[in-house]
Amino acid sequence: MKSRHRLLPYLLLLPALVMELLIHIVPMAVGIFMSFKQLTQFFIRDWSAAPWIALNNYRIAVDFSAPIGKSLLNSFWVTCSFTLLAVAFSWLLGVAAAIFMQEPFWGRGVLRAVFLVPYALPVYAAVITWSFMFQRDTGLVNHVLHDQLHLVSEKPFWLIGDNAFVSLIIVHVWKTWPFAFLTVMAGLQNVPRELYEAAAMDGASVWQQIREITMPALRPVNQVLVLVLFLWTFNDFNTPYILFGKGAPEAADLISIHIYQSSFVTWNFGSGSAMSVLLLLFLLLVTGVYLVATARWRDADA
Amino acid sequence: MPKPVSPMAPSATFVWVRRIFLVALTIFTLAPVLVMASSSLKPLQDVQGPFRWIPSSLTVRPYIDIWSTVPLWDYFVNSLIVSLSATVLSVVIAIFAAYGVSRYRFVGRKIFTVSVLSTQMLPGILFLLPLFLLFVSIGNSTGVALHGSRLGLILTYLTFSLPFSIWMLVGYFESIPRELDEAAAVDGCGPLRTLLQIVVPAAVPGIIAVSVYAFMTAWGEVLFASVITNDRSRTLAIGLQGYATQYDVYWNQVMAASLVVSVPVVAGFLLLQRYLVAGLTAGAIK
Amino acid sequence: MRTHRIAVAATLVVAFTAACSRGSSTGNSSESNVQPAPKTQTLNYWASNQGTSLDNDKQILEPELKKFEQQTGISVHLEVVPWSDLLTRILAATASGQGPDVLNIGNTWSASLQSTGALLPFDDATFEKIGGKDRFMAGPMAATGADGKPPTAVPLYSMGYGLYYNKKLFQQAGIANPPTTWDELVADGKKLTGGGKYGLAIEGGNLSENVHHAFALAKQHGADFFDASGKPTFDSPGAVAAIKQYVDFIAQDKIAAPGNAEYAANQSVTDFANGKVAMLMWQVAGAKFKSHGMNPDDIGVAPIPVQAGATGSKATASMVAGINLTVFKNTKNLDGALQFVKFMTSKEESIALNKTYGSISPLKEAQDDPAFNTPELKTISNVLAAHAAPLPQVPNESQFETLVGTAMKNLLAAAAAGKPTTTESVKAELVKAQQQMPAS
Repeated sequence: MKSRHRLLPYLLLLPALVMELLIHIVPMAVGIFMSFKQLTQFFIRDWSAAPWIALNNYRIAVDFSAPIGKSLLNSFWVTCSFTLLAVAFSWLLGVAAAIFMQEPFWGRGVLRAVFLVPYALPVYAAVITWSFMFQRDTGLVNHVLHDQLHLVSEKPFWLIGDNAFVSLIIVHVWKTWPFAFLTVMAGLQNVPRELYEAAAMDGASVWQQIREITMPALRPVNQVLVLVLFLWTFNDFNTPYILFGKGAPEAADLISIHIYQSSFVTWNFGSGSAMSVLLLLFLLLVTGVYLVATARWRDADA
Repeated sequence: MPKPVSPMAPSATFVWVRRIFLVALTIFTLAPVLVMASSSLKPLQDVQGPFRWIPSSLTVRPYIDIWSTVPLWDYFVNSLIVSLSATVLSVVIAIFAAYGVSRYRFVGRKIFTVSVLSTQMLPGILFLLPLFLLFVSIGNSTGVALHGSRLGLILTYLTFSLPFSIWMLVGYFESIPRELDEAAAVDGCGPLRTLLQIVVPAAVPGIIAVSVYAFMTAWGEVLFASVITNDRSRTLAIGLQGYATQYDVYWNQVMAASLVVSVPVVAGFLLLQRYLVAGLTAGAIK
Repeated sequence: MRTHRIAVAATLVVAFTAACSRGSSTGNSSESNVQPAPKTQTLNYWASNQGTSLDNDKQILEPELKKFEQQTGISVHLEVVPWSDLLTRILAATASGQGPDVLNIGNTWSASLQSTGALLPFDDATFEKIGGKDRFMAGPMAATGADGKPPTAVPLYSMGYGLYYNKKLFQQAGIANPPTTWDELVADGKKLTGGGKYGLAIEGGNLSENVHHAFALAKQHGADFFDASGKPTFDSPGAVAAIKQYVDFIAQDKIAAPGNAEYAANQSVTDFANGKVAMLMWQVAGAKFKSHGMNPDDIGVAPIPVQAGATGSKATASMVAGINLTVFKNTKNLDGALQFVKFMTSKEESIALNKTYGSISPLKEAQDDPAFNTPELKTISNVLAAHAAPLPQVPNESQFETLVGTAMKNLLAAAAAGKPTTTESVKAELVKAQQQMPAS
């Protein structure tokens, strides 16, 4: 009886462990192994025969004075600023919408349903529609900006050139903010109403109540939410892939697409794997620092 | 029911800011959906021309053509089977794991949670090809074809949502009072019966939340599907690309097909919405 | 030795999951996870999308495959693979050894795929089995693999570029004949541009289209993108001049609409068919225009212009375009696969299929067939016979397409946004592209 109980937790974890091993850990180990090889198209057929070149793939990837490293670095900075802005906007919209919809008003239920639609549409369908809207000559965006509102004198490009970065953020935020909205909305339900009532009695304005009561109560939700948004955004592949196709504009050259190009388009899996490993290390580092920092902050706060 | 007294007496500015904000947000959210709807009713010629909100001539032709341009129904069935199976399996596995983590203290507990969480960070590109090779070698040695099959996709997708699901469910289970477990034990329930009869029913909202998340993860995935599937197992996420052919991009059909396949999902999603809201609350706040 | 350890780990995992995946999958996908055991008399064939839809391809090919089965007793399982997935699927097949028996490839990939060693080399003995090498036209054969090695593919459908022009718009502008030199094209284009219409349409966001034009133009400037040893020479003066000339259609000549810079979904074909532009350089496109409802009488075809007085390779008017048929080396049914190749490249099938798809048969004996003697196809097959060259048959061809295609896309985007295009700016982009080529 006792020994069964000692084994039980492991049995409970076994299916999850097996699946993680099969789909994530073992392939990842193989991927890391590949990153030390010169795994180009010449060796793809029998990749165990590919020459072992140790850290060479890494050396090329981080040689920022040479074009390959330089473009990887550019892609990294693009991804960082994209992630920062996209997460910030998604979070902001989600929090604002959730707070504004905390109190019942006419039409709240309908709006809540409407706001969840982007999260429920298949990604391909949603992004291809955005790319349709962003077309310069025949898209909705320029139709509204140029033909109807006359805000711009010349129709701008949205899918090529520097504006591509803006388009990418818009589409990503559109797709992600409902998740933030949902999570925050749920978090708000746990805030005791008495707090608001007491604050209102003390004469606190709505804005003060939001600052003093709502935001602190949301802190634990936010810790999880921001981390998840960060990881999703940083690794997002679908949005740029569907929006720009093969050749992403330099301004919107996200790292996931960049690595895809380096491995699947040019068939250099050694170099692609090396870049992926670097990316993984970076994400581990950021997540670790983030978790430690927010945990300390939470402890100090409590 | 007593008339609800608003604890926050909103000022006029607040109400106006809220109104403007919510209207703007609604426009932003619905714009693509409106474009889809209006474009799906236009003849191809019109869709390729400059954008107009109101179609100059209406046609339901795209809604008929979508079924023959690509085998949309097959893709839809594949997507549904893959997403639902991945969801069910992922949630069941996550429930067991989360129960183990939340109710037992054992060696390796911390390592397990941290390493599972960290797989959420893996760039897909890093293990896509190795995973495919692994699937092929499994196929060669056991005869279970994972590459090119729905099973392969199901296994892949279930692990995509597993880390987040476990993470959320652990938090949720921990918020269920231990006294319930203890009472069940006194009644002679074993751990598994306790899980099934006490913990799971109490956690239904959280489980629904996780299920929706798992379903959506599988429903939209493009990269792995493009390598792992073949014509018999192709999912919607990549099948919809079939409307862009060598000849033309059938924009109106893409939009029509997108709307058609989204309707059941959006409907199901909205039905589950109320559970989801209650579920996330307890899961995220420990 | 690390390989071994990973192999052991993988096997362990295999043993685990084999047990649990069998158990857990019952009921939801039992049909899909048990694939029929490979019978020696079934061939798997991957066809690329040539028709108006994947389904259209199936409808066209399936009766032919039935015919093949009747003749040989070999059944063929057809999968039409969309272009968006084809190269990735081939890659996965190459890496794993699990692929189809026979497949379509874009002929520009020939040398790249040849270098992987995954495709069956067609040596003389192999060619003998499918009826000989000499049956094929020399032009298309040049795009089946690197020089000096046995080809790893045979031509299936041939295509080439032509200058399509709208006869009605030409007449309205008072132009009697289509241009034969670039100077004429630009002059005509200027006459045709105005009132919301443009002289020329280009597909600036499409990397392959960019590269195909850059290649032919570079040849006309006496330049190649690779030297004889296979080293990239993207920034040679000829290549820079060629690409600048192409970008200048938007930048300097202004005969192409700035919006063309982002076209990547065949919008230029639509614009031409709708009479918005007067000229378009495209691979056999007559059928596409007609499917858009364009009056066939308005469609004129001429060879792509060259520099005035050009001869020899400077008169190259098109790359050799087309689809090749190839056999996966791992096939368990080599004989059947070759029989199938022979069937698909037989005179009767070649004429029937190319006719249906609007392409040109690569067979010498089929050239006189009335199907290929329309004014459109005659013009293009003449170009293919005398003034076409294959894209560089080097292993790094796909990198070349991506890098140079993207460089041109960036240049066109800059030009469309009104930034000046100079020889220096073109050269800088090309230098950058070349430096990212893998050393090999």
